[in-house]
Amino acid sequence: MSMDKPIVAQARGYLLSRARWSPFEIIFWIVAFASIFFLQSKHLILTEIAILGLFALSLDLILGYAGIVSLGHAAFFGFGAYVAGLLAKHGIIKEPVLAMLASGVAAMALGFVTSFLVLRGSDLTRLMVTLGVALVLREIANRLDITGGADGLQGIVMEPVLGHFAFDIFGKTAYVYSLVTLFILFLVARRIVNSPFGLSLRSVKGNPLRASAIGINVNIRLVAVYTIAAGYAGIAGALLTQATQFASLSVFDFERSADVMLILIIGGTGYLYGGLIGSVLFKLVQDYLANVNPQYWQFWLGLVLVMMIMFGRVYGAVMATIIYVACLALKLSFMQSIIITIIAVAVLGLMRPQILQITSRITERAKAALDGVKAKFRRSA
Amino acid sequence: MLTILFDGIAYGMLLFVVACGLAVTLGLMNFVNLAHGAFAMAGGYITVVAVNRLGVPFLAALPIAFLFAAVIGVVLERTLYVHVYAKTHLEQVLFTIGLVFMSVAAVDYVMGSQQQFVTLPSYLQGQINLFGIGIGRYRLLIIAVCGLLTIALQFSLANTRFGSRLRAAVDDARVARGLGINVNAVFAITFAVGSGLAGLGGALGAEILGLDPHFPLKFMIYFLIVVTVGGTSSITGPFIASLLLGIGDVAGKYYAPQFGSFIIYIIMIVVLIWRPQGLFSRAVAK
Repeated sequence: MSMDKPIVAQARGYLLSRARWSPFEIIFWIVAFASIFFLQSKHLILTEIAILGLFALSLDLILGYAGIVSLGHAAFFGFGAYVAGLLAKHGIIKEPVLAMLASGVAAMALGFVTSFLVLRGSDLTRLMVTLGVALVLREIANRLDITGGADGLQGIVMEPVLGHFAFDIFGKTAYVYSLVTLFILFLVARRIVNSPFGLSLRSVKGNPLRASAIGINVNIRLVAVYTIAAGYAGIAGALLTQATQFASLSVFDFERSADVMLILIIGGTGYLYGGLIGSVLFKLVQDYLANVNPQYWQFWLGLVLVMMIMFGRVYGAVMATIIYVACLALKLSFMQSIIITIIAVAVLGLMRPQILQITSRITERAKAALDGVKAKFRRSA
Repeated sequence: MLTILFDGIAYGMLLFVVACGLAVTLGLMNFVNLAHGAFAMAGGYITVVAVNRLGVPFLAALPIAFLFAAVIGVVLERTLYVHVYAKTHLEQVLFTIGLVFMSVAAVDYVMGSQQQFVTLPSYLQGQINLFGIGIGRYRLLIIAVCGLLTIALQFSLANTRFGSRLRAAVDDARVARGLGINVNAVFAITFAVGSGLAGLGGALGAEILGLDPHFPLKFMIYFLIVVTVGGTSSITGPFIASLLLGIGDVAGKYYAPQFGSFIIYIIMIVVLIWRPQGLFSRAVAK
C-alpha cells in the first residue's frame, strides 16, 4: 500500500497539470465575451457561430475523445430543435432555459438509446448507421402532423429568458444567452475530459482492446460519452430554435452533419477548442462566400475539403484559398472559375508527391525557427 | 400487383447497375466513394444534352454516357483518388463529400437546378400487354440491358484473367506486384468500368430516378444501402439487395405512402447491426 501513494499522487498531479488554464484559453474567452459589447452589429452571425460551436464541441466529445465517427450527428441537433420548438409552441415549458434543458435531456435519452447501435462494427458501419438514424428522424419529422411536415414548425413565440430578458430584434439577448450556455457547457466538457473518465476515454480511442484488457469497461464509456454528446447537440439545436423562433427539416440535413465534421477537420479534434475555432472560421468564410455567390458557394466548400484531405489541414486550406483568390483577382466568371479550379486540382493531384516534399521541408524549417525563438525566450527570461 | 413487381425489378436493376461500381471500389479496393452518384449524374446529364440538344438517338447515347463517365472516372482516379486509397475511411468520406459538393454546385450552375428529362423515342414509350400484365417498354429495356450487364460482370470477375488479377491485386497488392501484375493499371481500369457503369445507370435512370443537381446526395444513401446490405465480397449480394430494395421501395411507396422511405432506412440499420458485414456475405477477416 505504501507504494500506491506516490503513484496516486503522481497521477493526481498529472491530471491537475493537464487541467490547468493556459493564458491562451483565458484570452479566448475574454475576447468571446468582449464581442457582446464591441461587435453589436454582428450579433446575429455570432449567435450562429456560438450555436455551431456548441454543436461542434459535441461532436468533438465523441470523435476527438472516444474515436466514434458519425455522419448523422444532426440527428440529435434536430431532435433538440424540434423538442424545444414543440415545448414553446404548445406552451408546455414556457421559460427558455428550462425548455432548453428539457430538450437536452430528451436528446440525451435518444442518444442513450441509439448509442447501442454504434458499439458494434467498423468505422464504415458506424458512418452508415449514424447517417441512417438522422435520415429516419428527418423522415419522421417530415411525416408527422405535429411537426408541420415539410413546412417546418411555425408560430413559435418565445418567452423572455429567465422571465426577464426578452428576445430582441437585434439578437443581443439571443447572443448573450447562447454564449453563456456555450461557456457553461464548455466548462462542463472541460471538467469531463480532464477527469479520470476522460482519460479512460482517450485510452479507449487509442486501443479499445488494450483498454478493456486493463480493466476499462469500453462499452459503458462509449454509451456514456455518446449520451452526453447527444445532450450537447440537443441543446445546440434547442438554442437555434429559440434564437430563430423556427424549426425546419433542414436541422436534420446531411449537409449539417457534414459541415460540423468539416469544422472539426478545420479546427482539429481532441482539445475542445477545435470545434469553437473551426466554427468561427467556417461561419465567417461561409458568410463571405454566400454573399459573393449565394447559390454556388458549396463549390468552394468542397474545394477546401478536397485540398485539406490531400495536402493536410494548413497547406490544403492555403492552396484552396490561393485558387479562390486567383479566380477573384483574374475576374473570372463562375463558369471559368469552375474549369480553372478543376484543372488546378487535377494538376496539384498529379504533383502531390513533389508538393508534399516541399511542404514537409517548410514544416521542418518552421518548427526549427519556432524552437529557436522559444530557446531565446527562455534564455532571456 | 405484378406491374408493381415489374416496376420494382426495373428500379432495382437500375440501382444495381449504378451501385455495382461502388460495390467493387468499396468491397475490393476498400475505398469509400460517396461521390459515386456524381458519375451517375454525369452520365445522366450527358445523355440529356446528347439526346435533347444534339439529336443523338437514345440508344446511341447510352454508350456515350458510359464512356463519358468512365473517362471522368479514370482521370479522377489517376489524379486524385490514388492519393486517398491509403487514408482512413473518415478521410475518404470527407474527401468524396467535398467532390460531391463541388459537382453539385458546378452542375447546378451549368445546367440549372430544374429537373431534366430525356425525350424517349416513340418505340420505348407506352406499355405492351403480356399475359394480361401491363409492362412498360422502357422498363423492359432497362431490365434487359441491366440483366445482360450483370451476367457479363459476374462472368468477367469470376472467369477471366482480368478478374483473377483484380482479385489478386485486392487480396495483397504487394504480392500481386511481385507476380508482375500492374496493380495501378488494374485499379484504374476497374475504377473506370465502375464509373462507366454508374454513368450508364444514370443515363438509363434519368427518366425513372429523376435527374437534378442534387442527384448524388439524394441517391447516395440508396447506393450505400445496396452495398452495405448486400455485402461487398461478391456481385450477387448487391444484386439481390438492390432487387429487394427496388421492389420494397416501389411497393412501399404504392401501398403505404405515409411511411415513405422510412422503412428502408430502418431495414438498413437493422441489417447493419445484425450483420455488420452485410446480409449475404461470409464473414471476412479484414
